[in-house]
Amino acid sequence: MAEVQLTEGSWEEEVLNSDIPVLVDFWAPWCGPCRMVAPIVSEIADEYKDRLKVGKLNTDEEPGIAVKYGIMSIPTLMIFKNGEVAEQIIGAVPKEYFIEKLNKVL
Amino acid sequence: MYDVVIIGGGPAGLSAGIYAARGGLKTVIFEGKIFGGQIVTSYEVENYPGFSKGISGMDLIDNFMKQAEKFDVETNYDGVTCINDEIECKSVNLTNGNCVKTKTIIIASGASANKLGCPGEKKFSGKGVSYCATCDGAFFKNKVVAVIGGGDSAIEEALYLSNLAKKVYIIHRRDQLRATKILDKRAKENKSIEFILDTVVKEIQGDKLVNGLLVENVKTKKKDRIDVDGVFIYVGLTPNTEFVKDLIKLDENGCILTNEEMETNIEGVYAAGDVRSKSLKQVVTAASDGAIAANNAQKYIESKF
Ligand SMILES: Cc1cc2nc3c(=O)[nH]c(=O)nc-3n(C[C@H](O)[C@H](O)[C@H](O)COP(=O)(O)OP(=O)(O)OC[C@H]3O[C@@H](n4cnc5c(N)ncnc54)[C@H](O)[C@@H]3O)c2cc1C
Repeated sequence: MAEVQLTEGSWEEEVLNSDIPVLVDFWAPWCGPCRMVAPIVSEIADEYKDRLKVGKLNTDEEPGIAVKYGIMSIPTLMIFKNGEVAEQIIGAVPKEYFIEKLNKVL
Repeated sequence: MYDVVIIGGGPAGLSAGIYAARGGLKTVIFEGKIFGGQIVTSYEVENYPGFSKGISGMDLIDNFMKQAEKFDVETNYDGVTCINDEIECKSVNLTNGNCVKTKTIIIASGASANKLGCPGEKKFSGKGVSYCATCDGAFFKNKVVAVIGGGDSAIEEALYLSNLAKKVYIIHRRDQLRATKILDKRAKENKSIEFILDTVVKEIQGDKLVNGLLVENVKTKKKDRIDVDGVFIYVGLTPNTEFVKDLIKLDENGCILTNEEMETNIEGVYAAGDVRSKSLKQVVTAASDGAIAANNAQKYIESKF
């Protein structure tokens, strides 16, 4: 499944009311590690395409959501299940670490 | 079998990849975390030749990556857990459990940022404790932050933060900075920056988020509390050599010993960049090391295989 660009307006429908778990990548254009994490997130989106929705939230453009979830460090990845944060990964970590966290939730 | 396995996708590994693949060698780079290495966290690189206006670390790495892709360097997100010297060839073990055979190895695994190691650091990681000012600076607009450390990275990042935060403390355990003169001067002239020298952080305090630091003057032993909303930690680096230390000779700091041809104690195994024992650890020297290592790997393959 292609990655969904999330906004404050689409948040509830896309993330909180999603039927399947959602991996949200909090990022910003000026954050180098965020840009380098992006290809890993895309690989994951491909590998888990039927079981996981992958969304991107630009913290620059959507500061409200970032504040609401207490984001003070990016990249942060959160896995939402049934509208709640099930797992959280802060900073650039090895791909297998993402997979490990995902497998706990899926 | 690969001609060259490169371990690490920072400047040294990418440069080695460009030279090796352009030389016609079958080349793969294994990167255990994210491509680009340390420099992707740098807001501005002013001293890499060829970019007279300066360039962000990220944009610089974008160019390195594009150049590597142009020569068909294979890239892969598996970390290397150990390297082996076999009779006919060499091999590397990967985090996914596979083992890959190769004629030569270039170790370009760089270095990782040290933790401060005080109470509160782990608890508030991502809640006010940061290791990347360019990533997280924007969350501290008009707030008060502290930068811990006195080297080039610490001062560069403090200068960057001074454009966003209301106030930036630089806390350093010695009475003088280690940073180059030009950075030292800029920091001292900056009105938003205040130095707290001879001082170590004993504890990072907070509730849900960081709200202060407990510090101690190393000379007077006087303790103090400083109110801050964020703390950025730049207290040196440790070379990523754990996974090769059984085979490869290291210096007393854990850096790989090489000669000026980037050769290690094992024939056909080279080291390049910050992982190496050397005096100047920068992008320009990492790129240079990578080029030399790749060139010598090619010569070795031509003579042995
Ligand atoms: C904040 C900051 C600012 C800086 N500013 C400048 C500057 O202005 N100018 C300048 O020239 N230099 C600057 N530097 C220094 C510069 O970033 C380094 O010298 C350079 O990145 C070294 O490159 P490297 O490829 O040797 O190592 P690194 O950049 O450390 O890259 C090593 C890579 O190897 C990977 N790796 C490690 N172990 C394994 C393993 N077992 N398997 C697979 N992969 C592995 C790591 O994940 C990493 O991606 C700065 C550094 C920092 C932190």
